[in-house]
Amino acid sequence: MTLEIRIEHRFPAFRLDVGLALPGGLTCLFGKSGSGKTSIVNAVAGLLRPDEARIALDGVALHDLPPHRRDIGYVFQDARLFPHLTVAQNLTYGPRVRRVPPEGLDRIVALLGIGGLLSRRPATLSGGEKQRVAIGRALLSRPRLLLMDEPLAALDEGRKAEILPYIEALRDETGLPILYVSHSVPEVARLATSIAVIEAGRVVAFGPAAQILSDPATAPLLGLRDAGAVLTARIAAQEADGLTRLDTAAGSLWLPHVPGEPGRALRVRIAAQDVILSRTRPEGLSALNILPATVAALHDGHGPGVLVRLDLGGEYLLARVTRRSAQALDLVPGLAVHAVLKSVAVAQSDVGAMLDSP
Amino acid sequence: MTDWLPPEAATALALSLRVSLVATLVSLPFGLLAAYALARWRFPGHGLLNGIVHLPLILPPVVTGYLLLLTFGRQGWVGGPLWDWFGVTFAFRWTGAALAAGVMAFPLLVRAIRLAIEAVDPRLEDAAATLGATRLTVFATVTLPLILPGVIAGAVLAFAKAMGEFGATITFVANIPGETQTLPTAIYGFLQVPGGDGAALRLVLISVAVAMLALALSEWLSRRVAARIAGR
Repeated sequence: MTLEIRIEHRFPAFRLDVGLALPGGLTCLFGKSGSGKTSIVNAVAGLLRPDEARIALDGVALHDLPPHRRDIGYVFQDARLFPHLTVAQNLTYGPRVRRVPPEGLDRIVALLGIGGLLSRRPATLSGGEKQRVAIGRALLSRPRLLLMDEPLAALDEGRKAEILPYIEALRDETGLPILYVSHSVPEVARLATSIAVIEAGRVVAFGPAAQILSDPATAPLLGLRDAGAVLTARIAAQEADGLTRLDTAAGSLWLPHVPGEPGRALRVRIAAQDVILSRTRPEGLSALNILPATVAALHDGHGPGVLVRLDLGGEYLLARVTRRSAQALDLVPGLAVHAVLKSVAVAQSDVGAMLDSP
Repeated sequence: MTDWLPPEAATALALSLRVSLVATLVSLPFGLLAAYALARWRFPGHGLLNGIVHLPLILPPVVTGYLLLLTFGRQGWVGGPLWDWFGVTFAFRWTGAALAAGVMAFPLLVRAIRLAIEAVDPRLEDAAATLGATRLTVFATVTLPLILPGVIAGAVLAFAKAMGEFGATITFVANIPGETQTLPTAIYGFLQVPGGDGAALRLVLISVAVAMLALALSEWLSRRVAARIAGR
């Protein structure tokens, strides 16, 4: 699948000028509110008619088609369920207006866990339930591409945790390409296979998620406080003292209990500010997770900090240290160091399931 | 009934009900279209259309009636060809009374429907479009069900207004018993003859009852609009 997007549009306040060629998988459009992310997905859906547009899915031009002929599913931030219809009628709306049977209804209802809601009205549903129904409704319209505009932004942490596994399942099990708008780094780190960073109507960085998240040149675009890399890992063992041992390319990590059988693939996110660097292997430290690494690149920011990209043997980690420390340690590319991960740095909510073979 | 109401009064009541019903049903599709255009479309002439729709509310009814006579009378620029080519005329016929009532009630009908349409979130219509619905299907499956109580409320108001229409009707189609004599023109007629006060009073009571009933029904339906859009 390739989705080609070229859009130019002049709004009263700013100018949108975007060119992207997206691969399959889940692509995150990341940026602050007002950066133009939603305008991009609206243009792809046909709800916004840009001044200039070329939008093509697998070479088929979409930009001249009205929204109802684009075969694109759209999950909005505010669910937008039809209030006068039951959940079941909402789900089958797409097939009904196209006069086709609701193919895959049972499978999608099971996938999203909404079997118990079918006869209810949207007004009686919780925010998380509404969003799951909205996802189901979009899927049942048999889209060739799924757009999701901050589907979790209106939900509290508990409800987010309720929906995230369903989105991961979509990404991994249906093979449906997804264009996902977000301004939450943990969400992006957990879900994205590629990331496009949008700033003031332009694409300022675009590439595979692991690369964008661990590249000191692009990571600050996601917000320094949230900068951090994603490692792929596999559960190695559930140990007797309640810890879970994960295998990564760089060695073993121990985390407070992560549910799952040995062999389960995961991605873990490690925030740059939770990584401490040491030139020698530290002794007598309470930290459990110490990984040998090589300095790959340094990136000076505007403040007193330096972002350091660490090569763990094919996987990358980001560390944020002060410029003074970087000088004291004499950090240069190629230098061998030890990365100390504060064990709290690997947050449970950032641990997500991943496809065994992407 | 015949003891209580003189036969010409009963005829007037029956005619009024028929005139008002026809006026309401025939103007409903035009009212829906005008309300939708005013609520959802931006086009040159938007203000002009809004003005024309509201004109019968602002003009003296007798002026509206006279304009109808000029337009749809047998010599009128629409009525003339209709008569010459098709032998159809509104002048001094009950259909003319229905036309006058429909025109006079039109602003109320359009206002009620327009408010209901404006209360529907257009983003719901966008969502329906992304699910594969054409604009017409979106209207039929999302907009119309959500505004239905508002449409009915508008129609009830229009019906009540049509029942009470006097000035335009008497100017356009006069006051012919059995053909164009509606409830209000009948009341007027009874008041013109000695001893007609009793019948007039009874027709007044009927008018008040119909108006109150319509208003109550319209209020109840309006509340249903809000409840339905909120999904309760």
